[in-house]
Amino acid sequence: MVRKITLGPVNRVEGELEVQLELSQGRIEAAYVKSTLYRGFENLLTGKNPMDALAITPRICGICSVSQSVASARAIADLAQVQMPANGERVTNIILATEVVTDLLTHFYLFFMPDFSDSAYNAESWSKLAAQRFTAIQGERHSAMLKARAEFLHIMGILAGKWPHSLVFQPGGVSKTVTLSEQLKLKGIVTGFRAFLESVLFGDRLENIGALDSVNALNRWQQEHAEERSDFALFLAISESLDLQKAGSSYNHFLAYPAFNVAGTEVYSGGTYIDNQRKSVDTKQISEHLDSAWLIGDQQHPSEGLTEPYAEKQDAYTWCKAPRYEGKAIETGSIARQFLAKDALASELVNASGSNIHNRIVLRLMELAKLVIQIENWIGQIKPAEAFCNQTKLPKKGQGVGLSEAARGALGHWLSVENGIISNYQLIAPTSWNFSPRDNQGQPGPLEYALKGLEYDSPQGKLMMQHIIRSFDPCMVCTVH
Amino acid sequence: MSKTLNLLWLQSGGCGGCTMSLLAAEQPTLFEALESYGINLLWHASLSGNNNPGLLEWIEQISNGKTPLDILCLEGAVMTGPDGTGRFHLLSGSDQPMMEVIELLAGKAAHVVAVGSCSAFGGFNRSNNNPAEAKGLQYLGEQAGGFLGSDFRSGMAMPVINISGCPTHPEWVLHSLQAIALNLLDTAQLDEFNRPRFYTEHLVHHGCPRNEFYEYKASAEKPAQSGCLMENLGCQATQAHADCNIRLWNGHGSCPKAGYPCINCTAPEFEEPGHPFYETPKVAGIPVGLPTDMPKAWFIALSSLSKAATPKRLKENATSEKLKIVPQIYKKKR
Repeated sequence: MVRKITLGPVNRVEGELEVQLELSQGRIEAAYVKSTLYRGFENLLTGKNPMDALAITPRICGICSVSQSVASARAIADLAQVQMPANGERVTNIILATEVVTDLLTHFYLFFMPDFSDSAYNAESWSKLAAQRFTAIQGERHSAMLKARAEFLHIMGILAGKWPHSLVFQPGGVSKTVTLSEQLKLKGIVTGFRAFLESVLFGDRLENIGALDSVNALNRWQQEHAEERSDFALFLAISESLDLQKAGSSYNHFLAYPAFNVAGTEVYSGGTYIDNQRKSVDTKQISEHLDSAWLIGDQQHPSEGLTEPYAEKQDAYTWCKAPRYEGKAIETGSIARQFLAKDALASELVNASGSNIHNRIVLRLMELAKLVIQIENWIGQIKPAEAFCNQTKLPKKGQGVGLSEAARGALGHWLSVENGIISNYQLIAPTSWNFSPRDNQGQPGPLEYALKGLEYDSPQGKLMMQHIIRSFDPCMVCTVH
Repeated sequence: MSKTLNLLWLQSGGCGGCTMSLLAAEQPTLFEALESYGINLLWHASLSGNNNPGLLEWIEQISNGKTPLDILCLEGAVMTGPDGTGRFHLLSGSDQPMMEVIELLAGKAAHVVAVGSCSAFGGFNRSNNNPAEAKGLQYLGEQAGGFLGSDFRSGMAMPVINISGCPTHPEWVLHSLQAIALNLLDTAQLDEFNRPRFYTEHLVHHGCPRNEFYEYKASAEKPAQSGCLMENLGCQATQAHADCNIRLWNGHGSCPKAGYPCINCTAPEFEEPGHPFYETPKVAGIPVGLPTDMPKAWFIALSSLSKAATPKRLKENATSEKLKIVPQIYKKKR
């Protein structure tokens, strides 16, 4: 006997999400992930001047706004074949990394950890501490975290003018030049943020966190750091007691695009990992399947894709397309970025237990620590006397692809121009990969797959389902562009 | 404050950016602010916990009068498509169009607040002939009416309060909520688009650090150059109603401060300026869309005079990324 239930709106995710479950003897037999909002943003771009994409695409998402801008600027740069001066790359990286770090921090404190304050966990040794710190809205961490977050975002005030929705990004660099005085101010802002991370989130120097390069080192660190003085240590204790390493496994197929480059070298090499094989990214292998989406069409490459709504479509259940790489459903995000960049800890964690709640969260926090150190480096490397922006001359006709990484993973923009105006614009957002519906072969998306088999019919089971959903850090707003 | 006000925050056809911006509120931070105003956040999809009633239960309790709704905030436009059915946004966990929920709750709320240009005027959804049939709560572009109709009044006999902006500044939202809580926000405090006057009775131009370049019409020609952005690069700060260069964003910023044009995002129809965002449309070499409250002939006369008088320092610096000539130091004659 299969029992069907519908859950929604799922709170503490970005945007509108519904999950339908088919249960058999208390276990999830099948999950259907539904995006219930259609916005049609791609269609707002056709007919516009290509540079207008820099004003329109950030508005796709207020959470990953900068990532959208960066991908869009890259697509136009690809079309115009323009390069950035090193200062342009540094400032772009600082702004993008600031958004990624802000998103990682927001996810941990506001979206993910409040789950552990649930009364169903009252019997656990850590429950009192978790409730005290992380209860939604009232938790004692939130004031200090929001203050640290707001002050960290002063980087955006200086470099991007504001966040979200900055127009500072240009195909050939950035429109903001940086003076010595601003460079020094930026350093001070990171110093203040570091103090919060080191005293509250980690309870240790960022360098020591960044140096944890093996599971042994991480275990040793955990033994030496009390959860009373570190939210990271508290998460590790919770994860251990709930066995989060065994929950929410997905396909172990990963995708990341190259990101954060200066002068030809990048922090993340990007790549794909499918059936235990690493390869570099070949965007020709991407296709979007439309059978499960209320959209007209069958299967399409994003460079030729269309987004035409058809609300009456039979057997469709979401507004999200199903992107596939070599026909496979694939996971993207912090875990994919670091694993594909051959980060030592990420490799060991993924090789040992694949993608799961524990590994996703640990690697997000590791990345947060490392990116803040990178931001400091890039700030130090800005050369105020040198150029920040090369000028762009657009061709009347052509195509461009812009690939970037958002906090939640791989983001791609595909731009076509005819007669000097945009003739088609398509994008694939990270959560479109992670929360995709079934494809034309009936293969479930990564979250749909990760929920399958979960024992649901207990308070702990219901919570575990929420931990799994939130461990992907979904951004439905991007998904339903 | 004795009375606690219930606030319910809905999101529909938008990007969530106004919430992200609001979370960057400082002195005080968001949750401290709401507590100090006596505002109880019944529901916000991004922030609410599990131990409270969910949204569907709150809707039930509000509609049957068990829970009073003092403030309804909507972020994002009302999605009425396709063909007026509202199916472009069904409330998750139900088969009900979100537009019906919005209409129901707006009818129960003492105050209805549109947070951001999407819920105020339709915003970017409205461009390219509005394919999703998005509407602002009480406007569609400059046209009064919108989703609720121009006659709509909330429980406190107020029209929808339009905190426009793409995104909204955290203080525009918080100060509006604070003023509501203190009973200080009446219709006299709203401008002709029902935006709170405290931030729309300024122009973005006020306080612009590029003002000296503007005075002498010393203009940037390309992005990243130091000059005024109005003549060539699409800046609408002299017409845009907001206090961005006085209040500043994220502690330090504004659009012109970061070298890019103000696109007048607090105004209805800013999404369709009729020209590329980064270019100033011109007729016979003269920018169209000059300051709104100045005779055009005077402006042109003044401009040509100030252009003729532009100091070399400003002329050179305007088209340079770097400061080429620093202001001269005044020394007493000996």
